[in-house]
Amino acid sequence: MLEVIIFYISALIAIGGAVMMIAQRNPVASVLYLILSLVAQAVLYIQLEALFVGALLIIVYAGAILVLFLFVIMLLNLRGEKFGYDQGKVGVATKLIFSLVLIFELAAVVHTVSRSTNLARTSEHLNPGFGSVPPVAELLYTKYLLPFELTSILLLVAIIGAVLMARRDRADKEKEMT
Amino acid sequence: MDIRSAAIDFGLLTPHLVIAVAAMAILLLGNMVRNRGLMTVLSVGAMAVGMIYGVMQWAAPQSGFYGMVAIDNFSVFFSIIFISTGIMAILMSRDYLVAKNIDSHEYNVLIMFATVGMMLMASSTDLLVIFLGLEIMSVPLYVMAGMARRDNFSGESGIKYFIIGAFASGFLVYGIALIYGATGTTDLRRILADFTFLKMQSEMLLYSGAIMVLAAFSFKVAVVPFHMWVPDVYEGAPTPVTGYFSVGPKAAGFAALFRIFVFGFGQFSDLTMVFWILAVLTMTVGNILAIFQNNIKRMLAYSSIAHAGYVMVALTTGGQGAVSSAVYYLAAYMFFNLGAFAIITMIDCRTGSNNQIDGIKGLSGRHPYLASVLTLFMFALAGFPPTAGFMGKFFIFSEAIKNGYVWLTVIAILNSLISVYYYLRVVVAAFFMKSDKDFLPVTYRPAMFIVLLITVAGTLVLGVIPQIWVELARLSMFSIF
Repeated sequence: MLEVIIFYISALIAIGGAVMMIAQRNPVASVLYLILSLVAQAVLYIQLEALFVGALLIIVYAGAILVLFLFVIMLLNLRGEKFGYDQGKVGVATKLIFSLVLIFELAAVVHTVSRSTNLARTSEHLNPGFGSVPPVAELLYTKYLLPFELTSILLLVAIIGAVLMARRDRADKEKEMT
Repeated sequence: MDIRSAAIDFGLLTPHLVIAVAAMAILLLGNMVRNRGLMTVLSVGAMAVGMIYGVMQWAAPQSGFYGMVAIDNFSVFFSIIFISTGIMAILMSRDYLVAKNIDSHEYNVLIMFATVGMMLMASSTDLLVIFLGLEIMSVPLYVMAGMARRDNFSGESGIKYFIIGAFASGFLVYGIALIYGATGTTDLRRILADFTFLKMQSEMLLYSGAIMVLAAFSFKVAVVPFHMWVPDVYEGAPTPVTGYFSVGPKAAGFAALFRIFVFGFGQFSDLTMVFWILAVLTMTVGNILAIFQNNIKRMLAYSSIAHAGYVMVALTTGGQGAVSSAVYYLAAYMFFNLGAFAIITMIDCRTGSNNQIDGIKGLSGRHPYLASVLTLFMFALAGFPPTAGFMGKFFIFSEAIKNGYVWLTVIAILNSLISVYYYLRVVVAAFFMKSDKDFLPVTYRPAMFIVLLITVAGTLVLGVIPQIWVELARLSMFSIF
């Protein structure tokens, strides 16, 4: 019973935080609501016995990445948006259509999951040690070794790209010298 | 899971690793050695070595990394297409980069990394690795689109491509998550094996996931209605980069589409209707909008959308025969489309060029050979015999008719007829229209000459003696491990 109550509270906070995040005009407030939403999601992961993922969500997302966001926003000195995203009737219609499609999809997902026995597993079926660090590490260095290594190539490429875009080129330097 | 396919064997990925490691080495070396020509030779050499290793994997299907990598004839053929595209893109960019003062050795490195990403997309049977391959391919492309930072259009092109690309990646990841939710795996071979059971159990989820993945790749290969970004990005990007965009990523996107929808979801017959509609829309919109373009890069952008439509016909047909026809078509398209872009790049290298079709008036007076070669490529794009373009279309359409898609073929042929109009506009401008001003002469160095030689040879050989190449394409099939 307690489990269910905790689930509903954190689920409400997660959804509420996400909605508040996109409803804000001030980017700093948006980031703070996003952190709130992520912390609530971490609680959900921990309830699913995925302790490691829950911890990572707080440390990496709420901790590192969003703090970086805050720094960027403060360094760039971004002010709140002056205008909302109002694009007239066509814009509203498009938004409605896409929202309906996504709601339909969500309904389909919920429908499928509630019908499928395969997915409605309880914690009794989990392997011992599920969700702790060793099983994750073992998978990462055996079955998922290739994706793991490829991610590092992807990061390298992204760094090269970022440096290339931000670097002053020769013409800039020459201009400074003269 | 058998032991052989579980093995972690980096030897399987030799061609990928050769190119990736060489790219890193050249990245470091290029900061010390100022000789850009030498760097280009090294890049091309490394890609050629990768290609040789790739060819050596022909006809020896293997699987590894717990079934995440599948090296079969399909992946080998596509790897050869990607590496050739990369080599030709590097060679044809030289003069342009120097002329526009945006020369840097990282350009070659980016092309090499993009090639690695494309090869991973073609040689994987796991959605996770296909996604990573797509990202490794896309990130260098965003940067390449915005290479000419002094040019506002290039910056706009890079930003647009980046935003649309990130959006498409979001679709892809969402789709993969839904498929994982429905099946409990990202391994296409397991989805193929248990398909009937999985479909019965969670059809809606599988369907939503498949549509999301299809939408994501439709962005990448520019299928209508996911094509809006193409003309702007193609127009703004540096001209040789546009040529690369219109061939490399497109072929890679189709390789992944075939691997996912003909192999993994091969029994998902509900999707055929979706493919049919997409194919018809893509061909028709691409060809009709191309008629109204006066900018030659925009025109070829719409033409590349139309060509994506012809390959979608093969995807609709499904089955091994249709995949072979699409493989052949993409190889042929690489030659004549890159060739056309090589010539446009040469014309664009001159000062004051604006890429308008009017700008090539009087080309035949100054450069008769170049004008003839341009005509050959335009004929190939339109699909005239005896060029590779004709054989490619013939192969795709005959497979479609064989499988009973008569109406689709009729629409495709009508579209080819429309396309003749705008391709011939270029030929007419080059040969029969007089310019008020003198045509500024075009200069080029050996690198460009090599590209023209390869593309002309490819266009003619694949068109005149197609038998051996058709046979190779027929052998380029998925292996089921």
